[in-house]
Amino acid sequence: MKYESQKVAYWYILAALALFGIQVLGGLLAGWIYVSPNFLSELLPFNVIRMIHTNALIVWLLLGFFGAAYFLVPEESEREIWSPKLAYIQLVILLVGTLGAVGSYLVGIHGGREFLEQPLWVKFGILVAAVIFLVNISMTVLSGKRTAITNVLLMGLWLLSLLWIFAFINPENLSLDKMYWWFVVHLWVEATWELVMAAILAFLLLKLTGVDREVVEKWLYVIVATALFSGILGTGHHFYWIGLPGYWQWVGSIFSTFEVIPFFLMMSFAFVMVWKGRKNHPNKAALLWSLGSSTVAFFGAGVWGFLHTLHGVNFYSHGTQITAAHGHLAFYGAYVALNLAVFTYAMPMLRERAPYNQVLNMASFWLMTGGMAFMTFVLTFAGTIQTHMQRVVGEYYMDVQESLSVFYLMRFGAGAAVVIGALLFIYSTLVARRSEIIAPGSANPVPGE
Amino acid sequence: MAEILTKSRARNIFYGGSIFFVLVFAGMTVQSHRYVVQTSTAGMPLSEEVVRGKHVWERNSCINCHSLHGEGAYFAPELGNVTTRWGVQDSPEDAFFMLKGWIESQPSGIEGRRQMPRYEMSDEDIRALSEFLRWADQTDTQGWPPNDAG
Ligand code: HEM
Ligand code: HEM
Ligand SMILES: [Fe+2]
Repeated sequence: MKYESQKVAYWYILAALALFGIQVLGGLLAGWIYVSPNFLSELLPFNVIRMIHTNALIVWLLLGFFGAAYFLVPEESEREIWSPKLAYIQLVILLVGTLGAVGSYLVGIHGGREFLEQPLWVKFGILVAAVIFLVNISMTVLSGKRTAITNVLLMGLWLLSLLWIFAFINPENLSLDKMYWWFVVHLWVEATWELVMAAILAFLLLKLTGVDREVVEKWLYVIVATALFSGILGTGHHFYWIGLPGYWQWVGSIFSTFEVIPFFLMMSFAFVMVWKGRKNHPNKAALLWSLGSSTVAFFGAGVWGFLHTLHGVNFYSHGTQITAAHGHLAFYGAYVALNLAVFTYAMPMLRERAPYNQVLNMASFWLMTGGMAFMTFVLTFAGTIQTHMQRVVGEYYMDVQESLSVFYLMRFGAGAAVVIGALLFIYSTLVARRSEIIAPGSANPVPGE
Repeated sequence: MAEILTKSRARNIFYGGSIFFVLVFAGMTVQSHRYVVQTSTAGMPLSEEVVRGKHVWERNSCINCHSLHGEGAYFAPELGNVTTRWGVQDSPEDAFFMLKGWIESQPSGIEGRRQMPRYEMSDEDIRALSEFLRWADQTDTQGWPPNDAG
C-alpha cells in the first residue's frame, strides 16, 4: 500500500464479501426450492429469495468496483484520494440502503421490475452514493496523473451511473417499460461494466506481469472500442419479442455476435501479457483469478451468449433455463471472478502482510469455477430439453419441468460446491495464518531465457 | 498493429466510434418508442385499469417467479400469452373470473409441486390484473411465443 487512503478499499471489500456470502446462500436456497418445492413456500416464497439473490449480487459487485477504484486510482494518479471521509459516507449510505432493501423484501415491500426491485428511497440512496463516488474519484484523478486506465475506468463508472437514471423511468406501457429496462440491464453488463472490467484487468496485469504500460494501454483502448461498438446496438438482442420493430432481429443478431470480440480480446490479452511478462510476482493466486476471469468470461458471455443470440435460435430458447445457464457463467466469469481477483491482489497489501494462504485461495478458485461450470452444463441440458418439449413439441410448462428434476438436483450439488468455495475464499482472505498450509509451487520459469 | 495503430489513434477511434453508435442507437430508440405506442400495442387502449393492473403485478413481484414476454424468472409459466392459453383473450368477464378462481385456489398445497403463494386481492385488483394480462397478450411480439404453451 503506497497511499494511506487506499485503506478505504478494505472496508468496501469486507462489505462486498459479506454480501457475496448472502448472495450464494440465497442462490442455494432458491436451488433447493427447485428440488423440494414445498420448502418454505408459506414463509418465504421463491420470488423473495430470488430478489435477495440477484440484488445482493449486483450490489456486492458494485461495492467491489468502488473498492477497486479506491484502491487503484491513488496508485495510478500518484496521490491520495481526494476525500476519504466522503468515501466512508458513501459506503454507509450503500450499506443502509442494502440492509433496508433486504429488510423490506422480507416484509413484502418491493418494486416489480426484475433486478430493480429496490424501494424508491433505496434507489435514491444509490444515486446519491454514485454521485459522491464520482465527485470523489474524479477530483482525485483530475488533480493527479491521468492514465489510460483511469480514463477508461472513469468513463465506465460515469456512464453506468448515468444509466441508473433509467431505473427511475418506468412507463405505463409494458413494452416501453421493457425497452428502457434493458438500458440499465444490458448496457450495464454488456457495455459500461465491460469498460470497468477491462480497466481493472489492465491494472492487474500491469502489476502482476510487469509488461510495458504503453502496450497494455493500447490493448485497453482497442478492447473497449470493440465492446461499445458491438454492445450498444447489441442491445437489440433483447428487442426481438417484446413489441419492438422487426428490424431489431437483424440489428441485434449482427451486433451482438460482435460482442464476442471484446471478450475474446480480453482473454487473449491476459495470456499474451503473462507470456510476455518478465516479472515473477509472488501473488500467484491473483494471477490465477485474473486469467480465470477473462477465460470464463469468454465462455460464459462470449460462447454461451452467442449460443442463443441469433434471433432464429432465440425464438425457441428465449426465457428458458438456457438463459439462466448463460446468466450464471457470464456473471461469474466477467464480474465475480474479476472482483475476487482484485480482492486477492489488494487484500494482502491492505492488511500489510505477505500474500499467504495462496493455496487455499487457489483451491477456492477451482471449487467455485468447477461448480459454476457444472451448473452451467446441467442448466444447458435442462434448457435444451425444455426448449424442445415446450417450444417445439408444445407441451405445457409445468409438465416439462417435472421431467427436468434430475438436472435441478445436480444444479443444487453444483451450488453447494460454489458455496463451499466462496466460504473458503472468505476464510483464506480474512482469517490470518502464519504460513502456507502447503508450500506453493516454484515460480514460473521464464521460457527461453 | 504496432506502427499503424498508435495508442492515441486507438483512443480517438474509441471516442469517435462510441459517439457515433450512441447517436445511431438514440435515433432507433426514438423510432421504436413511436412504433410501440402507435402500432405494436395499439390494439387495446392503455386504460386506467390496465395501468393499475401493472402496479398490482409489480407490487407482488410476479416477475420473480414467472416470465412475461419471455423475461423474468423461469420458475413458473410464461404469462404474456396466458389469456390466449385460457381462451379468454376477447372476454374481459371470462378473464376476470378465470383469474379470480386461479388466485383464490392457491397455494395448491400439492406435495412435490411448485407452489404459488396466496395473494389477498380485492376484486378491483384482480380485474385490473386480468385487464393488464389481456393488454400484454395483444402486443405484437413478432409471433413469439412459438405456441400456446408459452
Ligand atoms: C458479462 C457479460 C454478460 C452478462 C453478465 C450477461 C448476463 C445475462 C443475463 C443475467 C441475462 C438474463 C436477463 C433476464 O433476466 O432476462 C442475459 C440474457 C441474454 N444474454 Fe447475456 N450476458 C452477458 C453477455 C452476453 C453476450 C456477449 C451475449 C451475446 C453474444 C449475450 C446474449 C444474451 C441473450 C441473447 C440474452 C437473452 C436470453 C433470452 O432470450 O432469454 N449476453 N444475459
Ligand atoms: C450457490 C450457487 C447458486 C445457485 C444454486 C443459484 C441458483 C439460482 C436460481 C435457482 C435462480 C433463479 C432461476 C429462476 O428464475 O428460475 C438464480 C438466478 C440468478 N442467479 Fe444464481 N445461483 C447461484 C450462484 C450464483 C452466482 C455465483 C451468480 C453470479 C455469478 C448468480 C447469478 C444469478 C443471476 C444473474 C440470476 C438471474 C438469472 C436470469 O434472470 O437469467 N447466481 N440463481
Ligand atoms: Fe444483452
